[in-house]
Amino acid sequence: MTSGPRIVEVRQNVLKHNDQVARELREQFHAAGVFVVSLVSSPGAGKTALLERTLTSLGQKYRPAALVGDLATQNDAARLARSRAPVKQINTGTLCHLEAAMVRSALEEWNLANLDFLFIENVGNLVCPSSYDLGEDLRAVLLSVTEGEDKPLKYPTIFNTADAAVITKVDLAEAVEFNREEAYKNIQAVRPGMRTIEVSSKSGAGFEEWIEFLVQQHYSPIL
Amino acid sequence: MHELSIAMSILELAEEEAERRGGVRVNAIHLKLGALSGVDKEALLSAYELATEQTAFAACQLVVEQIPIVVYCSKCEAERLIASIQLFECTECGTPSHNVVRGRELQVSALELGE
Repeated sequence: MTSGPRIVEVRQNVLKHNDQVARELREQFHAAGVFVVSLVSSPGAGKTALLERTLTSLGQKYRPAALVGDLATQNDAARLARSRAPVKQINTGTLCHLEAAMVRSALEEWNLANLDFLFIENVGNLVCPSSYDLGEDLRAVLLSVTEGEDKPLKYPTIFNTADAAVITKVDLAEAVEFNREEAYKNIQAVRPGMRTIEVSSKSGAGFEEWIEFLVQQHYSPIL
Repeated sequence: MHELSIAMSILELAEEEAERRGGVRVNAIHLKLGALSGVDKEALLSAYELATEQTAFAACQLVVEQIPIVVYCSKCEAERLIASIQLFECTECGTPSHNVVRGRELQVSALELGE
């Protein structure tokens, strides 16, 4: 034995436990034929409103359900229950993001084979959720027109790790002088090629495109 | 702010490895931290200090190696650095690319062990 310090290679991912659970979840989701979409945004960007209308629209032909992450309240789940889709709240306490194990335990009593779509609404936060794989097929990042066009530049990591962007509250675009061109430019700068869809959860504008996108991603994804 | 839970995960991992090697002392933990990992270096170092306070790891250093974002540029047919985290364009030819090759790392690469 030599004395003094020695260096040993470890090469272990810090989030290996989360990644492992996420991998197992993804396998379960695929086996059950359920398409899983996670929603991330800052607080108040309209995740719950988008989800409410999405569950109602998809519910006409498909079997959607939702898990809703929230720091403390049950308000979101109560709102979403009106869509009549199965909804479950995950209270994260002080945790600023969802982790794969929380998704797994929330799903314990559900039979995934009875679902076509599962939405996971993350805690309103544009920083922390980016590091955690939840086993989802698609991560959608929301940007409301009231937040300003430079959000993608301020939070490039979450935009870069997303698969689609949804611009919400477009019914307010004119009132807040939303610069559409600038917003698209910024989104494309941090995430080249990202599909971007504009919606108003209030008027329903853009929902046809959003729903069609989800259905197409589930049943005939273009790789 | 999730750096505290990341710091705890780093410590858990180091503890496991140290135990596996017969309960040796860990003098330093080497971490590869990608610019796209979603973890801030300064916040992580503060969180790490907090997490190790009055533990067996109090004297154990966290050595962070920052990894820049590298993409595969389809035009250059090569791995290239990007202009900045706010502009995913090849620094050589300006072609946008989302094919990230490096920069997502959040990995304990090595441990410095004592007696």
